[in-house]
Amino acid sequence: MDDLFTDALRKLLADQCTPQLIRDIESGQPAAPLWQALESSGFADALLTQALGGAGLQLCEVFPLMELCGTYVLPVPMAETMLARALLTDAGLTPPQGSITFAWHAQQVDGSLVCMHVSNGRVADWVLLDQGDTSLLLPVASARLQPAVFALDASLTWNARDVASAQRLVGPHDLRTLMACICAALMSGTLMAVFNRTLQFANERSQFGRPIGKFQAIQHQLSVMSEHTFAARMAAQIGCHCQHRQPDRLRVAVAKARTSEAALEVASLSHSIHGAIGFTHEFDLQLFTRRLHAWRLTAGSESYWHTVLGEELVDHREGLALDLVRATSDMTYLEN
Amino acid sequence: MSSLNSLSLSAIPAQDEAIRGQVRAFLKQAMRQVPAHIRAKSWSGYDSNFSRELGRKGWLGVTMPKEYGGAGLSAYTRYVMVEEFLNFGAPVGSHWIADRQSAPLILKYGSEAQKQFYIPPICRGESFFCIGMSEPNAGSDLASVKTRAVRNDKGWLLNGQKIWTTNAHHCHYQIALVRTSGSVQDRQKGLSQVIVDLKLPGVTIRPIVDLSGDSHFCEVFYDNVQLGENALIGEEGKGWEQVTAELAFERSGPERLYSSIVLFDEWLAFIRTPQGRTSESVRLAGRIVAQLAALRGMSIAVTGKLSEGESPVVQAALVKDLGTWVEQFIPAAIADDLYARESQDFPLELLYTLRYITQVAPSYSLRGGTRDILRGMIARGLGLR
Repeated sequence: MDDLFTDALRKLLADQCTPQLIRDIESGQPAAPLWQALESSGFADALLTQALGGAGLQLCEVFPLMELCGTYVLPVPMAETMLARALLTDAGLTPPQGSITFAWHAQQVDGSLVCMHVSNGRVADWVLLDQGDTSLLLPVASARLQPAVFALDASLTWNARDVASAQRLVGPHDLRTLMACICAALMSGTLMAVFNRTLQFANERSQFGRPIGKFQAIQHQLSVMSEHTFAARMAAQIGCHCQHRQPDRLRVAVAKARTSEAALEVASLSHSIHGAIGFTHEFDLQLFTRRLHAWRLTAGSESYWHTVLGEELVDHREGLALDLVRATSDMTYLEN
Repeated sequence: MSSLNSLSLSAIPAQDEAIRGQVRAFLKQAMRQVPAHIRAKSWSGYDSNFSRELGRKGWLGVTMPKEYGGAGLSAYTRYVMVEEFLNFGAPVGSHWIADRQSAPLILKYGSEAQKQFYIPPICRGESFFCIGMSEPNAGSDLASVKTRAVRNDKGWLLNGQKIWTTNAHHCHYQIALVRTSGSVQDRQKGLSQVIVDLKLPGVTIRPIVDLSGDSHFCEVFYDNVQLGENALIGEEGKGWEQVTAELAFERSGPERLYSSIVLFDEWLAFIRTPQGRTSESVRLAGRIVAQLAALRGMSIAVTGKLSEGESPVVQAALVKDLGTWVEQFIPAAIADDLYARESQDFPLELLYTLRYITQVAPSYSLRGGTRDILRGMIARGLGLR
């Protein structure tokens, strides 16, 4: 069943999420047509119960689907929407039409609510904003939008009336951790895509009379890329391994920190191997490596999550470091 | 590519995990008075009495079938036990090679008589093995070994030399990769593995002192050593395939993650004190844990493949190359963390441990295959060679 889902999504994304479309959306074209194509496939409902028209999957089961969104550097928040819809329906709410992204930090300014640098804030239809004890579901359409650093992101401002009429999701949900978990899964897919592209390039590009992949220096760089890619993939799986759909904060720390570290290494090595062509707008590599840098910073860079893990180890635990390493890498640990 | 893709998060079964509590209780008691800089020797620390004690407890050769004195348990049980041994810095060096790879090799390739003869004393902690692979002119280029075993009426006559043989001076037997036919030009062809009784006439063992002052590795000379007919292990001429499979066991286990863990825990104890804690040290501690957790996930996944009878050579190389990076990062980063401070009033035992690990860290990326050899293997696995 797993393979059926992933194969279907892979085909859909290969057809719909083309490099040209990513360029168009990143340069300001509307994301709605792409979202419509994805919406009608039903994948955004994968975590909903079968009674609600979903597939009843758990977070760890949708890891391959989220990873594929990263493989194709999807420029809309599909993975986020899957999780957001699950949170809403679990609380008895009906998810709205359209895509949903997450935010967790807002400021009150003159009665308005300002969310800075919302991931996918420019292309999403809704924002689920974590305010501690409750989360607000806010429509992007009614927000004042200001550009953020990454083209798909935006800073959003809602007036008091919009905030007052927003749907409320009660209960702490730690959406930053959830977003970090999703980001790690997305990066796992992007890292693998960058690695595969670079491997293929090294086999095709010829210099000094042979493919550059025949040179030992290039081979060793590709080996190092593969090490980081596979370690990151393992970490991302660790992040998604939870019993229901609220991931464990410490496992997510491992996932987001390790994938973010790998993002730097892999992006750097891929550009090194590609040379000047990889630095052009026309060549697709940049779609992947720029996204890696953006996702590395989303919901906390590696050092943010290193501190989370470090505080747990130094301030809240005694004895062997092994026990925290186990708690964040064992599958059985959860079931104990 | 596809073989690498298959490294998925795997579980240690609950029945294997169950042994951890007993092992830990024993180690807490056994190691309580051993200082950290001694525990830091990890699997380079030798104590044959300790090995026999583990044998009596039934904790050696646990993956061997019961009819050969083992416990008939899975590779995961061994993983859990070894993880505890290494994290407590138990002196496991005496039995290390025998338990990790010699017994599995004999079980896989040995004759019934060889299994009956060699495996039970390994499980009792009474029989220690070393590996004879490298030679003075065959290190990373292992296929160019020259040591030769020639068939005669009594069995095999062995002549040549091995080097960098860990623990040979404390071992009873060596499993050596030797040439049984052809010449050096034949490379991987014509190689076989033989079991050498190190007490035989003609065997000379000379320890080599390393830069930390220890002598854990040796030169082993063979001058007309007469081996019996039954010295050959596995098939004549199949030595290369056997050694390659053996190296998958050697490269992916917990010992490729935890070589610096005693130092990490000793430093952790310091940064858990009010005078030791800084925000930089907290962040560094988290960085190391994140690296170790991902690696442990990979290492367990490879263990799963090994226990299913696969030989995940490339995946094991990935784990080892990345693992030794972390193991070598730990002393470098801890030293920098400590000496970036205004006050340099550190516990002396922490500094002794740091000195020891800093000195031995270069060995991590040479034992079991150098970094460059591993990267070459990965490249071959990626189809680049």
